[in-house]
Amino acid sequence: MTSVTSVAAPVLAAAPLLKLRGVRKSYVTGDIETPVLKGIDLEIGRGEFVAIMGQSGSGKSTLMNILGCLDTPTSGEYSLDGHEVATLRDDDLARVRNRTIGFVFQGFNLLKRMPLIDNVALPLLYAGLDRAQSRTRAQVRLEQTGLGPYAFRLPNQISGGQQQRVAISRALVNDPPLILADEPTGNLDTQTSVEILNLFTELNRSQGITLLVVTHEPDVARHANRLVRLKDGLVTYDGPVEDAHL
Amino acid sequence: MNFTQIALEAFRAMGMNKLRTSLTMLGIIIGVGAVVMMLAIGESVRTDINQRIASMGSNLFIIFPGSQTSSGGVRVGRGGMQNLTEGDAQALQRLENVDYVAPVIQRGFQVQSGFSNWNTMVYGVTPEFFSIKAWDTSSGSLFGEMEIRSISRVAVIGQSVATNLFGDFDPVGQTIRIQNRPFEVIGVLADKGSDLGGSDQDDSIYIPMSTARQQVIRQWFPGSVNYIMVQAQSARTMADVKYDLTQTMRVRHRIREDQEDDFTVRDLSAIAEAAAGIATGLTLLLGAIGSISLLVGGIGIMNIMLVSVTERTREIGIRMALGARRSDVLFQFLTEAIVICVCGGAAGVALAYLGTVAISKFSPLQVGMSAFGIVLAFGFSAAIGIFFGFYPAKRASSLKPVDALRYE
Repeated sequence: MTSVTSVAAPVLAAAPLLKLRGVRKSYVTGDIETPVLKGIDLEIGRGEFVAIMGQSGSGKSTLMNILGCLDTPTSGEYSLDGHEVATLRDDDLARVRNRTIGFVFQGFNLLKRMPLIDNVALPLLYAGLDRAQSRTRAQVRLEQTGLGPYAFRLPNQISGGQQQRVAISRALVNDPPLILADEPTGNLDTQTSVEILNLFTELNRSQGITLLVVTHEPDVARHANRLVRLKDGLVTYDGPVEDAHL
Repeated sequence: MNFTQIALEAFRAMGMNKLRTSLTMLGIIIGVGAVVMMLAIGESVRTDINQRIASMGSNLFIIFPGSQTSSGGVRVGRGGMQNLTEGDAQALQRLENVDYVAPVIQRGFQVQSGFSNWNTMVYGVTPEFFSIKAWDTSSGSLFGEMEIRSISRVAVIGQSVATNLFGDFDPVGQTIRIQNRPFEVIGVLADKGSDLGGSDQDDSIYIPMSTARQQVIRQWFPGSVNYIMVQAQSARTMADVKYDLTQTMRVRHRIREDQEDDFTVRDLSAIAEAAAGIATGLTLLLGAIGSISLLVGGIGIMNIMLVSVTERTREIGIRMALGARRSDVLFQFLTEAIVICVCGGAAGVALAYLGTVAISKFSPLQVGMSAFGIVLAFGFSAAIGIFFGFYPAKRASSLKPVDALRYE
């Protein structure tokens, strides 16, 4: 259903939103060093919709954490929106996560005892807005995803699909250029998954938001324009989705 | 995030697990309550002792007839004979740094009123006596120089005497009989309780020295007195005054260099100091006991905060993913600890207040809470919150976002 006529060649001409050069990551347990990422080169331009696929153990979650500035690479370069992430300090990384990236997780990751509106407002509070302002903006976001009437419910009082919509509202509330979604439909039924993916496509098309979706489901990947396939810590395919023989 | 938001978050987090929060708070409530109450009790004991000391007279020397070895070699102890005179008192009055000198004569008598009779001690005193003791009447008035000069038959009586001779009636204006001579009661002294030696200071009658000497109390020789009280102007001049009065007395009593004093100087400041020391020690001891319970409460806070941090690891990860800085996380958990402590502290002060009311009601001690104690307990509980909350908060804030998010 998605238009995949071009892999956004004109967009790539501009400076890429994120750029990885020789990114490696290994975990050390005792004396044993386990390499997970073995040298990733990747450029993603503004406005792209990219799916990252790979089997478990391929390193896609690790790559996701590094892209999301939740973890730092063992070696290699990563620049995001003009910042060289490796050189940033903790507080600056927090700022990047707050302003540049919106996260959507498989398990939604809403704060359980907090009304939806406050969940959505949280990134704004960390951005320094006051409570009233951030609630107002959170309410607007919730209404855009059709959840306005549920603003003061708790997460366990709405369905999984609705929770994921709230999580997406939260990811978008600070107007970040990049959304990182880690198995966003992993906990949802087929019907709801399609709704969420359509919402992503809509955001990508109409608002030019760069989308990065980690998944192991081909059906999810087909919504993207570009596919990056990982295997054993290396990129084995990077190109248009329709050429990937999913 | 500004402070209000952090505080709101803290309250929300506390509301998440009300039972746990209230149990944690209980430790602080008991601790702060104990500190405030113990300090209040210690303080009131000290006030009580100080009042008793003040009612004995401050910066005071009492000169008693002293030990004396007669020509036959018989040693007579203190008070064994009367060798002090009003002349001695007048001489001492002229010394430097001396405020008041009060000679006293005394004897026990069976005293009658129209209703009853009572055996008590009758003192012949001058107005300086009341100045030294800083005593005042609860009704009527004291006698002065006038009554001394006119040798009036007037009496000022203590509370115990008033109760025993007159029951509930106001004795002022009534007549009592001492040695069958009528005395008009002109004043009743305010209640003083027992002195530090344990004798009832309210069980006594005071009449003018001149009247006592001429009409009531027979002396060994004219002008002799039982003892002389000397009040120094200040605590600093006590040593000088003691030296001067000893020298004066030796000269007046014609005591040779190699002879021992025929009088004894008793210095009440030593007793006062000892009593004050006991009171201070008591306050410290009680404060220490309270502090230990506060410390235990603080450790309870740390324990619960550590559990809370572990339990909320994922929440911390989510917050970090959404842009929380380490300092945001640190302050969030620190604020929770402080809020628990300060709320607990407030409840503890309230508890201590109820405790002091109960103690004042059911024991003779009048316990009042001091502002100092409350401020101290509050400051202390906030400090406990910061101290014991810091480590768990630090631990929360130094989690790596990726590890915290992955925590199940």
